[in-house]
Amino acid sequence: MRMLIRGLGELCITAGLVLLLFVTYELWGTGRYTQQQQDSLGKEMIKEWRAPRVTTEKVRIGKGLAMIRIPRFGASYRFVVIEGVELADLRKGPGHYPGSALPGQIGNFVVSGHRTTYSAPFNRLGELRAGDKILIDTRQRQYVYKVTDRRIVKPTDVDVTAPVPFHPGRTPTRRMITLTTCHPKYSAAERMIVFGELSEELPRAATPAAAQH
Amino acid sequence: MYGWIWRNLPGTWQVRTAIALALVVALCAVLWYLVFPWLEPKVQFDPGVVDSTPTAPARPGAG
Repeated sequence: MRMLIRGLGELCITAGLVLLLFVTYELWGTGRYTQQQQDSLGKEMIKEWRAPRVTTEKVRIGKGLAMIRIPRFGASYRFVVIEGVELADLRKGPGHYPGSALPGQIGNFVVSGHRTTYSAPFNRLGELRAGDKILIDTRQRQYVYKVTDRRIVKPTDVDVTAPVPFHPGRTPTRRMITLTTCHPKYSAAERMIVFGELSEELPRAATPAAAQH
Repeated sequence: MYGWIWRNLPGTWQVRTAIALALVVALCAVLWYLVFPWLEPKVQFDPGVVDSTPTAPARPGAG
C-alpha cells in the first residue's frame, strides 16, 4: 500500500515537471518551427518576386504574401506575412485575412499575429505610437503605413477587420492597415488592434531590405 | 519508482549520479524534439485573430 502511494506521488511530481517543460516549449521552443518556415517561405517569395510576373498570379493560402517591417522594433525586425489566418498559417508567421484588401489597396489590409509563442511576431505591438511606420514590401512596391490608433477589443469584434473598421458595409475610401494580436500577453481574453493608414508608396527596389534573405 | 531505478543503477554513487543525469537529459530531449512538436499543434493558446472561426463570416466589400 505504502509503495503504491509513493509511486503515485512520484508519478504526479513527474507529470508536473513534464507539464512545466511543455509550457517552456510552447513559449520558446515553438519559435524554431516559425523560424524554419519563415526562412523557406521568405526565400520562396523573393525568388517569385525576381521571376517575371505572371498575369494570373494569386497568392495561395499558407504561402508568403508580403514582408512586414516595423522600424520601432529594430532594424532586424522582419516577418513574411502568410496568406491565411487558420492556426496552421499563424504558426508560420503573421497572417493576412484572405478577402481583406491587399497591401496598398483601398480598404483594410488585415494581418493577425501571435503575441507570444511561435516567434511572437506581434509581441511588442503595445509599444507602437501614433505616427510609427509600418513598412510592407511587395513584389514591386513598398507601402509605408503610419499608425493612427490602438484599441483593445473583444475577440468577437470582427468589425475591426471591415473595409471601413467598425462600419461593416460602408464603402471604403482610405487605404488602411489593421494589425491584430492577443491581449493581454499570455492570454486570449481580448484582442489588441493597431490601425494605420497609407502615407507613402515607394518602389521596392529603392529599399534593399527584403532582398537580404 | 525513482528509488528502484537508483538501486538498480550500477557502480559507485558518482557513476550512478552521472547515469541518472544522462537519463534525465535523454528524456528531456525526447520530449522536446519528438513528443512536444507532435503534441503542440493539437493544443493551441493565443490565437491572435478576431473571431475564433475566421472563415465563417462573409465580409462585405472585401476583394
